[in-house]
Amino acid sequence: MNSLNHEAPMWEDAFGISWLDFNLSNVLMMFVASLIVFILGVAATRNMQRYPTGFQNFMEWLIDFIKGIIGSNMDWRTGRLFLPLGLTLFAYIFVANMLGVVTNGVVGHTLWWKSPTADPGITLTLATLVVVLSHYYGVKLRGGREYAKGFVRPLPFLLPFKIIEEFSNTLTLGLRLYGNIYAGEILLSLLVGLAATGVGGFIGATVPMIAWMGFSTFIGFIQAFIFVMLTMVYLSHKVSEDH
Amino acid sequence: MQGFTESLVLGAGGLNIGDMIIQLVFFLGLLALLGKFAWGPLMNMMKEREDYVANEINTAEKSREEAQRMQREASEELKATRQDAQNIIEDARKTAGQQERDILESARAEADRIKESARQEIEQEKEKAVQALKDQVASMSVMIASKVIEKELSQKDQEALINQYIDEAGEER
Repeated sequence: MNSLNHEAPMWEDAFGISWLDFNLSNVLMMFVASLIVFILGVAATRNMQRYPTGFQNFMEWLIDFIKGIIGSNMDWRTGRLFLPLGLTLFAYIFVANMLGVVTNGVVGHTLWWKSPTADPGITLTLATLVVVLSHYYGVKLRGGREYAKGFVRPLPFLLPFKIIEEFSNTLTLGLRLYGNIYAGEILLSLLVGLAATGVGGFIGATVPMIAWMGFSTFIGFIQAFIFVMLTMVYLSHKVSEDH
Repeated sequence: MQGFTESLVLGAGGLNIGDMIIQLVFFLGLLALLGKFAWGPLMNMMKEREDYVANEINTAEKSREEAQRMQREASEELKATRQDAQNIIEDARKTAGQQERDILESARAEADRIKESARQEIEQEKEKAVQALKDQVASMSVMIASKVIEKELSQKDQEALINQYIDEAGEER
């Protein structure tokens, strides 16, 4: 239970505003994740060649991967618009997930280093952003009338359910990611706690820990994939002509 | 214990508005920066490569068609040339035959003409000779007549004279 007793480095009532709280560890990790993604992205696209080598190959594979996700949900003419969003979401969430798998850093009793995606506020922010974007593009690409009609299709009495769906979509999209990553981190912390109890504990914890880290890596990838996949599903619901 | 439950439910700190704002700002910033510095150039490069490949395929297709067209043209040209050569030989043969016939014809005509003129000359000569003979006979007759008239001759003398003249005439000749 060690990790659960760790405190978050909170900065409450920032600037004297009562509702404005910062979890500084989240802020740090968001910054680190963004920085890593940015550096990787830029590093991969320096010295680009027509015949790709090494890192550029990997990034092009990534683009094709995201293209595939988009292509399975909507036609490519409109889907092209969302490729940068999908790529950035995928890269950011994957890197954020991995940050917590590799290590959890504790300074004193304060938990500084973890996955930023192990915080519901952050995942819900991303989910809200996605849903808001889907509404924005729904209006932009199909016009206000078609967008509004989407709520009463195929039958008018579905309207309340459709409205509820928008909120439940947001919640499930955010909380699914949070839950998976947070659960992974709890188990990792428990195993670390076990390892810290003594020689026997260390030996006992090593094998499950390695296994769980591997599994968390897998989950981190899968969750990033699912998040992008569902993002494109929601977008295509709003953007495509026939749904 | 309440803190423990809370942390199980909503993570270490619950929902922090500040985190949310920061996350939003970071993510949108990341989206913009990556779009400008990474995805943009990368996608441009991929698009460029696609265009390049499509272009190359087009060019290859075009030059293949061009080559085929040229080959077809060349073979047509060759055929036409062969035909021309055939025609020329045929013409030459025809012309040669014509000339041969012409030459023969003209030679034959020439020969006929020469023959004809020779015959005419012979005819003329003959007529000239007959004419000359006639003239001589006439003058001789006149001479004989005059001789007969000059001399009153007996039958016997006359005969002798005639014979003499005939002899003379024969000698003269």
